[in-house]
Amino acid sequence: MTALTLDHVNKSFGPVHVLKDINLTVEEGEFVVFVGPSGCGKSTLLRIIAGLEDTTSGEVMIGGQVVTQTPPAKRGIAMVFQSYALYPHLSVRDNMTLALKQEKQPKDVIDARVAEAARMLNLGDYLDRRPSELSGGQRQRVAIGRAIVRQPKLFLFDEPLSNLDAALRMNTRLEIANLHRSLKGAMIYVTHDQTEAMTLADKIVVLRDGRVEQVGSPIELYNDPDNQFVAGFLGAPAMNFLPAARIGGAEGLTAGIRPEHLVPQAEGPLGGRVLHVESLGGDTNVIIDAGLDEPLTQRMFGHHEVHAGEEIRLGFDPAKVLYFDDAGNRVR
Amino acid sequence: MHKARNNPLNKAAMHGVLILYTLIALFPVFVILINSFKARKAIFREPLALPSADSFSLIGYQTVLKQGDFFLYFQNSLIVTVASLFFVLLFGAMAAFAVSEYRFKGNTMIGLYLALGIMIPIRIGTVAILEMMVETGLVNSLWALILVYTAQGLPLAVFILTEFMQQVSDDLKNAGRIDGLSEYTIFFRLVLPLVRPAMATVAVFNMIPIWNDLWFPLILAPSEATKTLTLGSQVFIGQFVTDWNAVLSALSMAILPALVLYVIFSRQLIRGITSGAVK
Repeated sequence: MTALTLDHVNKSFGPVHVLKDINLTVEEGEFVVFVGPSGCGKSTLLRIIAGLEDTTSGEVMIGGQVVTQTPPAKRGIAMVFQSYALYPHLSVRDNMTLALKQEKQPKDVIDARVAEAARMLNLGDYLDRRPSELSGGQRQRVAIGRAIVRQPKLFLFDEPLSNLDAALRMNTRLEIANLHRSLKGAMIYVTHDQTEAMTLADKIVVLRDGRVEQVGSPIELYNDPDNQFVAGFLGAPAMNFLPAARIGGAEGLTAGIRPEHLVPQAEGPLGGRVLHVESLGGDTNVIIDAGLDEPLTQRMFGHHEVHAGEEIRLGFDPAKVLYFDDAGNRVR
Repeated sequence: MHKARNNPLNKAAMHGVLILYTLIALFPVFVILINSFKARKAIFREPLALPSADSFSLIGYQTVLKQGDFFLYFQNSLIVTVASLFFVLLFGAMAAFAVSEYRFKGNTMIGLYLALGIMIPIRIGTVAILEMMVETGLVNSLWALILVYTAQGLPLAVFILTEFMQQVSDDLKNAGRIDGLSEYTIFFRLVLPLVRPAMATVAVFNMIPIWNDLWFPLILAPSEATKTLTLGSQVFIGQFVTDWNAVLSALSMAILPALVLYVIFSRQLIRGITSGAVK
């Protein structure tokens, strides 16, 4: 069964057309990540799925039922917000049980679900505290707990990690991945962080300017992008783009080479002066002025003694170079 | 800036100015209070002297409590002020929520229209209001005053509260919607507690003018049963003779409830004024 189907969904705010003909299916138990630069419409799309915004045209189906006109509470969804959005005047327990009480669930069911969620998220000790007495990470776990207890058909996450610091972000990311494995519910996750997208997703939906650019598994998108935007958006450091003619390709095309595919090579076709070196310990990123519009980035595994100002020659495996035409579409 | 704030000279100057202002502001109140406890002659002989054993007299208070139904006036003032504040806050907050939260045609226009009242004094419409009250038979009832004061307070209330409501996190309201709370529950349970400081600000701004108003009680509700404190005190001020003892005593007593209400709101008020700046 499909957890979510979007059928020709359009959304306009007045004259501004923010979502353009979105078609998408999410299967039962799938983890789908919407990713794209800010302003691409990914959050609006999530809010349309949640029912917080109306569609201008098109249909939304959740669990096989058309819910385009259904209010958010009746859609069988639960949502986790970037700002946690906990009710400040309620205890952790009341935050988690509010929706169940609204649904008039029996008390023993409510208690059992809260106990289960508290166990999964290690919130047992905090149930009687107020949100203001919790740390950011704990608050986000409460927000996730509030979603879990509802046992929704579809979980929606709106940039849930962007308010957390880096270490906590990694932990919470793992926790969300574990939750997905144990809950087996379909999840939709919005982020602009491509690491989150790559690590969590079964399927990534790349959005730009209100259009779906490409849908696929993380590795598919990384290795086989449909266009220059997707190629440039996924991967950090970003892919190098240079005129294809420069490396012996057809005139007018753009060649894309991932930084890790550039290797030092004495007689290599590319090269120039090292502008800057980023030693990350595990990786070394070398930024090179190769006489192109943009500097090249080369990524090497491990630590390498390279210094700014040195001359360097680079080679690459021609099979790994991607070509794009003027419009940015992939030339295969 | 840090240095300037710690400079003892600046600090002294700052406190000096504030103390001076406080003295100036409190001086008339002080004069009213001390003179209310003095005999009539002492008031005129030495208006600024403290009541001494010689000049001490409660004659003013006795007159006030004997003449006229002072407690009824008191009660009327309190009912009118509290009821008006309640309606100003309730309707003001509701209108502000609608204007700030919902997208609908003419949203901005309605917001501007509601705020327009800030610039137009309600007293300009006194004649029309009086006619309306006569038509509806509300003259000489406390409702006449409550309705007028509610109308008078709403523009500023809507204006201030709209600003504050816009700052309440959308995520929080949306979380409520997803949890199945009705729009009314979201308004009363989630949004109102968060804009409480702003509500207190609005309450204080509205309270004093309503409590002190003489104009509308005089025109709309001058009957004995509906007189407010300010209007009731006027019986002691005559064209030829004024009973200063009684006037000063009545005014002294009139300060009290306003003071109590102010203390209730002021804790919230301080947070209201600083909330935007300090976060």
